[in-house]
Amino acid sequence: MKPTDIKDPEYFHKVVDCQYACPAHTPVPEYIRLIAEGKYTEAYMINWDSNVFPGVLGRTCDRPCEPACRRGRVEEEPVAICRLKRVAADNKDDVKHLMPKGPFKQNGKKIALIGAGPASLTVARDLAPLGYEIHLYDEQKLGGGFMRSQIPSFRLPETVLNEEVDYILDLGIHQHFNHYVESLKELLTKDYDAIFVGTGAPRGRDLPDMTGRKEGAANIHIGINWLGSVAFEHTSKIGKNVIVLGGGNTAMDCCRTARRLGGENVKVIVRSPFAEMKASPWEKEDAQHEDIPIIDNHVPKSFVVENGKLTGMTFEKVHAVYDEAGKRKLVPTGDADVFYPADDVLVAIGQENSFPWIERDCGIEFDKWEMPTVNETTFVSTNPKVFFGGDAAWGPKNVITAVAHGHQAAISIDLMCKGEDLNKRLDPMVNLISQKMGIHEWGYDSAVVSDERYVVPQADKKVTLTNRKKEVELGFDPIAGFKEAQRCFNCDVQTVFTENKCIECDACVDICPTACITFTENAESETDLRAMLKMPANNKTQDIYVSDTLPTARVMVKDENFCLHCGLCAERCPTAAWDMQKFFYNVTKADNSCYHHQK
Amino acid sequence: MTYIRPKFRNPELPKNKLGYTLAYYEGALSTLCAGCGHDSISAAIVQSAYDLDIEPHMLAKLSGIGCSSKTPAYFLSNSHGFNSVHGRMPSVATGANLANRDLIYFGVSGDGDTASIGMGQFVHAVRRNLNMVYIVMNNGCYGLTKGQDSATADYGSKNKSGNVNLFESIDLASLAIELGATFVAQSFSGDKTQMVPLMKAAMKHPGFAFINIISPCVTFNNNLGSTKSYDFVRDHVEATSTIDFVPTMKEISVNYEKGSHKEVTMHDGSVIQLHKLSDAWDPLDRQSAMNAIINAKAKNEILTGLLYLNPDSQDLHSLLQTSDQPLNTMGEKELCPGNDALKEINAGLR
Repeated sequence: MKPTDIKDPEYFHKVVDCQYACPAHTPVPEYIRLIAEGKYTEAYMINWDSNVFPGVLGRTCDRPCEPACRRGRVEEEPVAICRLKRVAADNKDDVKHLMPKGPFKQNGKKIALIGAGPASLTVARDLAPLGYEIHLYDEQKLGGGFMRSQIPSFRLPETVLNEEVDYILDLGIHQHFNHYVESLKELLTKDYDAIFVGTGAPRGRDLPDMTGRKEGAANIHIGINWLGSVAFEHTSKIGKNVIVLGGGNTAMDCCRTARRLGGENVKVIVRSPFAEMKASPWEKEDAQHEDIPIIDNHVPKSFVVENGKLTGMTFEKVHAVYDEAGKRKLVPTGDADVFYPADDVLVAIGQENSFPWIERDCGIEFDKWEMPTVNETTFVSTNPKVFFGGDAAWGPKNVITAVAHGHQAAISIDLMCKGEDLNKRLDPMVNLISQKMGIHEWGYDSAVVSDERYVVPQADKKVTLTNRKKEVELGFDPIAGFKEAQRCFNCDVQTVFTENKCIECDACVDICPTACITFTENAESETDLRAMLKMPANNKTQDIYVSDTLPTARVMVKDENFCLHCGLCAERCPTAAWDMQKFFYNVTKADNSCYHHQK
Repeated sequence: MTYIRPKFRNPELPKNKLGYTLAYYEGALSTLCAGCGHDSISAAIVQSAYDLDIEPHMLAKLSGIGCSSKTPAYFLSNSHGFNSVHGRMPSVATGANLANRDLIYFGVSGDGDTASIGMGQFVHAVRRNLNMVYIVMNNGCYGLTKGQDSATADYGSKNKSGNVNLFESIDLASLAIELGATFVAQSFSGDKTQMVPLMKAAMKHPGFAFINIISPCVTFNNNLGSTKSYDFVRDHVEATSTIDFVPTMKEISVNYEKGSHKEVTMHDGSVIQLHKLSDAWDPLDRQSAMNAIINAKAKNEILTGLLYLNPDSQDLHSLLQTSDQPLNTMGEKELCPGNDALKEINAGLR
């Protein structure tokens, strides 16, 4: 195998599993170290630069980083990355002076953003400091999009959301709230240089043809609409017996909200087996903790309406059968259908995109699923002036994905307005600095702690179930935050190997606690080399680091998979052929003033 | 200070027949200099004990004084250990072995501990064919006292301060053969593929198994002009053979060319397979082994591998015809049978 090219920023980026898995590539270990040091403001600003909504995400993120966390490969639980972000947000000082401050010198370009959710707000934040005149449209009276309408305030307090939305609105954004854009065509005739569509996936799926759907309509609600109506305080009550249909996070938010609005017997009933539900495991746990049973393997069959009033639903019992390809089929068990009584039913079985306001003849191509054709790198549609991002681009995902889209769309809009090629995008900002300070001293806490994951404390159920706005999670206090932060392996502190210093003494091989390092003859293929290691490198998703040929005609091969970044290889290296070097990777944005300001 | 070994191990580590992973055979974190050859030898000991499915409590590690003699702290934490007086490890090993013949005795010593202060003890353990493994971690200098030349430093070798050694060195391997050792090997700390099978064979050998391992001292004897530096040893090492140790009942899978291949069956049925790299030498012949060492020395080569093996080795217990039952498991009644028994013995001698 050829030697690994560590100059390619993506090689070490991939080693920082959490950052690599994050759609916005937030420099996770960097901010976790800052939290451990008590530098909450700095930790917050690294987040703000990267993901724009640290306080919101520290409570509600889907956390793609956590399943990726290396710690989860050597012990039970990954680092509580998401909830550590909240520690930074909760304990920071005033950060306003660290953010770009208007008025900005205008560049004469006008941009319209449709929908005031995370994608649009990110575009606004990235472009406003560059002098763009930003016009933000939303049908609601406040900004935030689905962060406001679909995430209940017992998970995300309004104050937290308002604070982070306001940081952006305060950049001199022209706000057009309570303004539903009815026609893109009409907007295109106005003098906007670019239009960004960040309207989310606003239509909740229904069961329109199910028996009793029409007759029971008064007590059958579409989950996301109902949550929105609760958030904007149009709804404040629900019946005592509630059935929530669906197994995703919206279903979990619906059932928990229902518990707070008078639902005493709230049940989640879902088609799939419990383990395969779409909801995040912790959200399922939180629902169960609030005495909400989750009944799986039940397919809804009909709404039962008596005397014009909904009384419940019937379900068919199924079990999952898998074919050779692993494809699931839900097969009826043959048991009699079951009836569950209900005063109200919340339908939370998915959501989809809907663009009734976009005329099909304004240059935007739509596919057979009525989805716009959007370039995956530049986010431009087939109309060069119109960009899409967030759920509006490719269907429902999450906040952090919407933010990542927003950053990229902002770069494209900026390039387009400057008349430059949208594909000429700048590389990420990368840095690699030695952490060596002494024989046993490093510029990071290299010791690996054995602590198990700390549990985030919750407020008393008696209080939270009676007050919809009372936040359930209390967050880590600074001490627990420190302890949890110490669980981080600092995967961004890279093991960097210099061939011509190595005397092949084997000290690194002998000391490595997880048997990552091997000196071996080289092999033709990666597959062969992986099998030849001291411990075969079985995890193909993790790279192997191969050196150039050494004096004994062997190569050094390091399997990145189980590396604890403890630095012992470098400590035991007599010639500093191994060094621990901190890798910093920051995605380039349209406006990097925030990052430069911190430096 | 951050010099702490994490608790986590590779979760895919395999288990040996006893259900232990390699980690179970580890010791404390080494405090020797970074890059010390001794650490590689410790790692080879860990690997050998794991591979042989040794119950840690069935092994005793013994040492004297020196950098080498510190290493038993860094391997086999779950085994017995005795860190004795400087150069006196052989007598402690002899006593322990006589009291309990069932354990594997694993002696670790250095060039100072063996070739200088302990020479008087070493030679007698060899000639008695005490059943033990005796490893010398040989770096040709007194690393613990700032690197003075030791008795195994080669004539003409240059030390770190530029002084050339004026004295002849003691060649421990030829000395051991001379004194009647029944298993004599030489190796290099930078070559685990050779060290591990040698150690495994040594542990299975019934008698004195001596392995002299060149182990560079990175701090005091890894300079240009030293004959015990990593670079010098790598350039001058001459393996006599490649060696495989095949435990009992395991199918032999390696096939060598005819003529160069030698198999030696050990007393427990395990097999040492030697693939000879030189024809002018027979590892079962003492004279031939001696000649090979002398010839290599003349050519400025360091001969490694299994140099000499006597398959008919009779260890000290066999020679003395001691009881099969270890003395330490006997009660007072058996050990002190009383006046009548003594009288009987005395009468038998009249």
